[in-house]
Amino acid sequence: MWGTMWDFCSRALDTAKLRGATYADVRVMHQHQRILTTKNRRVGTLGQSESLGIGIRVVANGAWGFASTDNLTRDGVATCAIQAVAIARASALAKKESVQLAPEATYIDSWQGPCLKDPFEIPVETQLGLLLAVDEEMSKVKGVTLTETDMQFRKVDSWFASSAGSRIHQRKFVSGCGIVAMSFQGDAIQKRSYPNSFGGQHILGGYELIEAMELRNHAPRVAEESVALHSAAQCPETTGTIILGGSQLGLQIHESVGHPIELDRVLGQEANFAGTSFLTLDKLHNLQYASPIVNVVADARSEHGPGLGTFAYDDEGVPAQCIDVIKNGEFHGYLSSRETAHIVGLTRSGGTMRTEGWNRLPMIRMTNVSILPGQWTLDNLIADTDNAILMDTNRSWSIDDRRYQFQFSTEVAWEIKGGKRTRMLKNPSYSGITTDFWNSCDAICGADEWVLWGTPNCGKGQPMQVMGTGHGASPARFRNVQIGKAFAKQ
Amino acid sequence: MSTQKRAGAPSLRRERDLRKIAASVLRLAKANGIRETEVQIDENIDGLTRFANNTIHQHVAEHGLVVSIRTVMDGRTARVTTSCIDEDALRNAVQSAASLAAQQPKDPHLLPLPGKQKYPAVRRFHAATAMLAPEDRARAVKNACQLADNRGQVAAGIFSSGQSQCVLVNSHGLTAAHRQTHATFSITMQQGSAASWAKGNAGDYRRFATAALAQTASEKASRAQDPVELEPGRYTVILEPAAVLDLVGFLFYDFAATAVADKRSCFSDRVGKELLGRNIHIADDVYHSDQLGSPFDGEGVPKHRVQLVERGVVKNLVYSRQSAKQAKTRPTGHGFALPNEYGEAPMNLVVGGGDVPIDKMIASTPRGLLVTRLWYIREVDPYEKVMTGMTRDGLFLVENGKVTRAAKNFRFNQSVLEMLRNVECLGPARRAAGEESFEMVVPPMKVKAFHFSEVTKF
Repeated sequence: MWGTMWDFCSRALDTAKLRGATYADVRVMHQHQRILTTKNRRVGTLGQSESLGIGIRVVANGAWGFASTDNLTRDGVATCAIQAVAIARASALAKKESVQLAPEATYIDSWQGPCLKDPFEIPVETQLGLLLAVDEEMSKVKGVTLTETDMQFRKVDSWFASSAGSRIHQRKFVSGCGIVAMSFQGDAIQKRSYPNSFGGQHILGGYELIEAMELRNHAPRVAEESVALHSAAQCPETTGTIILGGSQLGLQIHESVGHPIELDRVLGQEANFAGTSFLTLDKLHNLQYASPIVNVVADARSEHGPGLGTFAYDDEGVPAQCIDVIKNGEFHGYLSSRETAHIVGLTRSGGTMRTEGWNRLPMIRMTNVSILPGQWTLDNLIADTDNAILMDTNRSWSIDDRRYQFQFSTEVAWEIKGGKRTRMLKNPSYSGITTDFWNSCDAICGADEWVLWGTPNCGKGQPMQVMGTGHGASPARFRNVQIGKAFAKQ
Repeated sequence: MSTQKRAGAPSLRRERDLRKIAASVLRLAKANGIRETEVQIDENIDGLTRFANNTIHQHVAEHGLVVSIRTVMDGRTARVTTSCIDEDALRNAVQSAASLAAQQPKDPHLLPLPGKQKYPAVRRFHAATAMLAPEDRARAVKNACQLADNRGQVAAGIFSSGQSQCVLVNSHGLTAAHRQTHATFSITMQQGSAASWAKGNAGDYRRFATAALAQTASEKASRAQDPVELEPGRYTVILEPAAVLDLVGFLFYDFAATAVADKRSCFSDRVGKELLGRNIHIADDVYHSDQLGSPFDGEGVPKHRVQLVERGVVKNLVYSRQSAKQAKTRPTGHGFALPNEYGEAPMNLVVGGGDVPIDKMIASTPRGLLVTRLWYIREVDPYEKVMTGMTRDGLFLVENGKVTRAAKNFRFNQSVLEMLRNVECLGPARRAAGEESFEMVVPPMKVKAFHFSEVTKF
């Protein structure tokens, strides 16, 4: 009987092989999404979506072709496979070398990510009720001019099959939530967010995330701080010590470690859009990327935690792995694929090929790129710091197309004087050169303050793909950093 | 480039087939006791040929159709979207939309669905572009790669083409339909550690020449060698259209009446005031011949041309039906599909140009910088509209009226409002494509005292 997901896969693989493909892999993906938002005590967005389709990737005449469709009839799938092979033959018109893939075993497996409470089983009324209550709490604070809250849930089933014989089913739930208060006074707009900015915190998991975030308890503080920022002192323009909160350090890792280690960027495959990388191949095992206390891994395995980069197999059917990226400060490894692994002397892909959906080609993406925890507590770190600025919660981020020069600003900062957190500062920012910055790291907080942050909005590729990545981080201290350029009076 | 219809190549469904699906949804909704229902059906067929290192490394095609259903019941609304279009799936989607809507508090401000509307005719479907095949794109890419090979350069980029259609109907008799084609060619040429870039985008691929774009990028890459490191500071800049687009484009949501009411627009408390230079005129005009897009908004309201800025003064905003009612004015046809918290935005900006071509801007500049494109632009200060970002793929020093050499890329921290007060002259406006904002019609600009705060290593 026609109609199971494996039927779609088999039909695609059989047709592709019949048409001359020397390799083919197929992803059938079924995604459900629910989005709820509120603004100023009213419902904003309330919607659900469902998407089901197939993406077929083939090698023919030594070149790649990819086609996708949501027409899952026998003819629809076969036509799509034929189209993929025809596209591969067209690619061969401008081919330099034939595609070579690193060897990989075949797998028959099924995996489900963590989820204690299926968010789609929780009534929308309950979810909206919480968001509206939190919104109401923030709105009570005098001086707040805009309040927003959101929850997002996704359930993704994927069926991967390859002409080599793999058959892998994976199911994962992704949940996220966040709240924002904004305050407009005079000639300035200030804002505070919780648990993070730009959509909040996101993990691989269910409604348990929402409950753990205790949004309602944080709402008054978030609102009060957005107003208090107007009367805070301006963050100075200076060179000095900064302590970054965990979520900001997570984004710093994303931009200045996670992207530069993507091997497709290094090899020039993203030169037209996302950019290249300063981490040219000669720098592998030959660059003091960071100070010796810094260790960074790219870990997609479940034992790293429920991050947005956690899975059992990547979208090429390669099992999840843990890659040492920075070991005792030295640059140690790239993110790779079956096609690129041999270029850096690997016998096997690092398992980092991921796709946004059935209609997109898998590409090298970050998994969970995390800094390993150190020994400090934040209280001890502050007590150990004579003069510094503690910056928290990202407000803007930008980095050049080779991932050297960056500038970040955060929503809020506090002055550290004589080992104590003192006054609030507004409009904080810092900037620098990636390797200089990481080599100035002299303290990292420990496992108790280490959080696996989710970045749900990483854009890359043409056509654009938006991917979720994970970044474990705890607060850390950096010396001799350029502070305050973004808001400096010129 | 010649094209012919390929056997087996996908094509868009007939409009009447989409209307039939929409009619099925309305019937199912009525059978479920739902009085007001809106159905939007979007279909797209896209292909993209991607190249790097002088070879095609990714080559993709997609065909998709989604049905989006909004129910309105007693002051409550919700939306459910699905790619599954059999009767059972559509029935489930209708019932889910009704169920979602019922689980929220009543919104006394929610408007009933609009009735039947009239739209100006907009023809944006070009058969030659719809028929562009993977082989056609691959041949153009091969020519660009050969140019790079011949010059010892490395090419990377895309050549994409596609077609799409949208049908929007509601249970109050509104029916709207639009179809269009699109094509983009973008190329980066690298020579050693230097690079430059060119990009074309249009509804009809014959509006740009892929070979000419490749030639431009190649010539600029060869001039971008050995960049000099300059001190950060304020410089006169000549911004090519892509650079103007990617900065000015960030203003688009500030023109939304909802953003102003929410006090998150840089125009909050500033509408009617002289905020920009008197040589700055900005409109939203979907009917401009260089624009793409449908003549209706997310609720099916006809789009109107709106003069947003006149002689540096913000004169008008854009309105959805809801924000228009609150402001006691007429909707301009810029609303997003409901429900949403953002309201509306102008998506077809046209920045008025002048008559000074870029070469004359250069000739009149004692010392300045010619900027090809900008990169990774983010908002630093929302009210002063300070944006940060980098120059990329071709920053050139201008001395005594001539381009003398390349310069290392700068980081900027620049208020867009201040920049638009400092425009010394403008060139002819044209459709421009960047990577940070959606395509729009903008001129090149010569701007004084543009603020570069730091320099990078290349």
